[in-house]
Amino acid sequence: MPTTPKKNSVDTIFSSITAVSAFSVIILIAGILYTLVDESYPAIEKFGIWNFLTSTDWDPVRESFGALTNIYGTILTTFLSLMIAIPVAVGIAIFVTEISPNFLKGPIGAAIELLAAIPSIIYGMWGLFTLTPIMSRHIEPLLKSIFADVPFIGILFQGTPMGIDILTASVILSIMIIPFTASISRDAFNLTPSIVKESAYALGATKWEVVKNIVIPYSKLGVFGGIVLSLGRALGETMAVAFVLGNNHRITTSLFDAAATITVTLANEFSEADTDMYFSSLYYLALILFVMSFITLAIAKFFLLRAERKYSR
Amino acid sequence: MTRQSRRKIGGFVALVLCTLAALLGLFWLVIILGDVLIHGIKALKPGLFINDPVPPGVAGGGLRHAFIGQLLITGFATLIGVPLGVLGGTFLAEYARGRKIALIISILSDIMVSVPSIVIGTFIYAVLVRPLGHFSGWAGAVALSVIMVPVVLRTTEDMLSLVPWTLREAAFALGAPYYKVITQVVYRGAATGILTGILLSIARVAGETAPLLFTAFNNSFFSTNMGQPVASLTVTIFQYAMGPYDNWHEQAWAASFVITIFILVLTMAGRLIIKWRYK
Amino acid sequence: MKTILKLTIIVLLIMSFAQAYAAEMINGAGATFPYPVYSAWAFDYNKVTGTQLNYQSIGSGGGIKQITERTVDFGASDKPLTTEQLNKDNLLQFPAVIGGVVPVVNLPGVKAGELRLDSDTVCKIYLGDIKYWDDKGIKSLNPKTDLAHNEITVVHRSDGSGTTAIFTEYLSGVCPSWKDKVGAGTSVKWPAGIGGKGNEGVANYTQRTANSIGYVEFAYAEQNRLAYTLLKNPAGNFVAPSFDAFEDAAATGDFDPKKHFHLWLVNAPGKNAWPVAGATFILLAKEKTDENKNVVKFYDWAFKNGDAKAKELVYVPLPGSLKEKIRAYWKANGIQ
Repeated sequence: MPTTPKKNSVDTIFSSITAVSAFSVIILIAGILYTLVDESYPAIEKFGIWNFLTSTDWDPVRESFGALTNIYGTILTTFLSLMIAIPVAVGIAIFVTEISPNFLKGPIGAAIELLAAIPSIIYGMWGLFTLTPIMSRHIEPLLKSIFADVPFIGILFQGTPMGIDILTASVILSIMIIPFTASISRDAFNLTPSIVKESAYALGATKWEVVKNIVIPYSKLGVFGGIVLSLGRALGETMAVAFVLGNNHRITTSLFDAAATITVTLANEFSEADTDMYFSSLYYLALILFVMSFITLAIAKFFLLRAERKYSR
Repeated sequence: MTRQSRRKIGGFVALVLCTLAALLGLFWLVIILGDVLIHGIKALKPGLFINDPVPPGVAGGGLRHAFIGQLLITGFATLIGVPLGVLGGTFLAEYARGRKIALIISILSDIMVSVPSIVIGTFIYAVLVRPLGHFSGWAGAVALSVIMVPVVLRTTEDMLSLVPWTLREAAFALGAPYYKVITQVVYRGAATGILTGILLSIARVAGETAPLLFTAFNNSFFSTNMGQPVASLTVTIFQYAMGPYDNWHEQAWAASFVITIFILVLTMAGRLIIKWRYK
Repeated sequence: MKTILKLTIIVLLIMSFAQAYAAEMINGAGATFPYPVYSAWAFDYNKVTGTQLNYQSIGSGGGIKQITERTVDFGASDKPLTTEQLNKDNLLQFPAVIGGVVPVVNLPGVKAGELRLDSDTVCKIYLGDIKYWDDKGIKSLNPKTDLAHNEITVVHRSDGSGTTAIFTEYLSGVCPSWKDKVGAGTSVKWPAGIGGKGNEGVANYTQRTANSIGYVEFAYAEQNRLAYTLLKNPAGNFVAPSFDAFEDAAATGDFDPKKHFHLWLVNAPGKNAWPVAGATFILLAKEKTDENKNVVKFYDWAFKNGDAKAKELVYVPLPGSLKEKIRAYWKANGIQ
């Protein structure tokens, strides 16, 4: 601190209050972790860690629970939605930073930010009412007719397209995370020094070559951080997928099948689990989700911080 | 084909693809907003705001209980979350500036911002609902404020850091104690920025559903008693949209319309203030 | 800025305390099965007495759970608890109304009451053994109906549900392989299909998915014009779900206050009895005497004034003799 300010008693009180407020974040995180571990303790004791993570059982009658179906659903929908979202989001970022005429940059940027602000429950409801019928009547039958007989990929497109399934949920999730990924990528691209770009142009590079060989390599840390951040968001998204995933505790290979994610299982079953072991297992799921997303977000933060340091140098 | 034209064509195709991606992003926004607008306006009637719900199968009814409930929960969440967030941000940017603990709390807050909100719902259920023996509006407000604190804290920290250090030094030179400098000089300099952060954090929590499911629960009557279950627009949308009744669907669209417009207006206001103030 | 803040605080505080003690509130949660009738009763009761009875249909599993955790004033469940379970959690239990669970289908061209099913086909469909609508078993029951080779989408409940408890109790009673593989309960491990939240969610998904089959409380089928099926009952007759068929099933039931009225009404022997009928129960926390009195006051009122409304929604009101037994039970437990 460059100058040491004068101290007096009011100042001590004020600084303590601010300190307590700041530490509330640490207390909250510790509190959440403690509560989740405490509540899931009976389930941890009964099922263990490895067994719980690898068991596909979700059987409330026999009180035998495992997390694998939920983890599988969570990871599969997240992965698929990233597959859809990343190219689109990076494309948007390239368009906004390099291609678009200046007068369009503002409006498109604003549109992306608005898309990010729409509450997830609206995405979910819209998905159920508008997207599901389109998927089940048009898009999924089309995909099925093209891919169902192709070896290997074919198993992804088996069964009746009913619209309430993994594919629809992933599409909605991807629409939700496109704005996050796009705006972080855009910020990263914007940090490429124009002098480097201009030198490349001067050497006769085309616009795409500048993007591919200069902008993307220069900003890859930031873009990657943005993608991991979106991954963390997608892992924990509840309402957008709760409407259209179909709550199915089985592991299936077809994208036209229903599934369950950790979040959806919690939303559906948390307030109605009638036995202690059932309830404790749900807390166990919440704990797994918390740890998963915490680690993911920490990784994202690590990359974003490194990117920031690199550019500010 | 020469190498030259291959490069040109390849580049052109790639750029067209990027443009298409941008159009696709815009397309989703237009489609979703358009859908909410069309269905929402159709179902938007004055009765929606002044009537309470009626049993399914009976015509009419409104969502007054949910509108007011949403305002109450969000309002109290703001009252809890904003002071904590602003003060916490002050600590990081002023008293702990440059110290390791500031960096740690700052990083943890960034992570907290994106922690699954449903997990926060389960946490509040364990610490506030079960011990008190009641689902309550308070529990809902606290759950939302938990999401709000890190958002406000981080914006406050950033905004305070933007206030030039020389300004503080000028005040110190006049013999002012630090707390006076903060409250009367630094806060003033960063006021619009902090206000924007608050607006955006309200926009963020107003659309949350998952943390309310097990805390504020739901109520089919008009009630402003925060010690009891309180209805919220988002949970009502979840209940109504998942339900089978046509007039429930209609009201769910109308509620979605109102909440979307509310949040978009807040977000735009926030962005505009930033633009106007910092560019 | 400061004035705005102050104003907001004042307005919020006034709003939260002005009405705080004005209206009495009873909080209940649980079964979605009786939600239409409870919410209709609560609506009328509020008009007459000013008391707000907030009933949230979160599923019977939720009703049992939340009353056990004492987060609500009463729980509601279509799955009766045994005396042992009630004693363990210090609960009281009495029935409130009787209704029926009906299979509903979404098949192009098939109207309500056209498709005939028996316990064997329903069981195999839900086990995933019958995968297509033109299966031999279904066809032989429905020689006249045109059934195409379409895959069946099974819709079940995703939440802890008494409707599921009644339905799986029925299947366990008539279908040994169901009993072995799945069993009965408020939530079970479903061998096939997609899960909807609440009776509402199952009705919604069935409406939206072609070639699907679901099961809902009859009021949901009626209110949403879903195509219910006929079922073969133990007496060997194909019956349509109706007030009379539910009443016939209820007629044979002997509710015993000593067992806290614990009783299933599935597979009743009556000639015209609907095989998947059930009573829905109210659960009270024994020690919360004051709250219980309010809840009991409501149900006493509903027993006196709610029969017409219940019939309108195709629920069977409890017979007069049973109501008297319940009132005696209330008195015996000191809550009336």
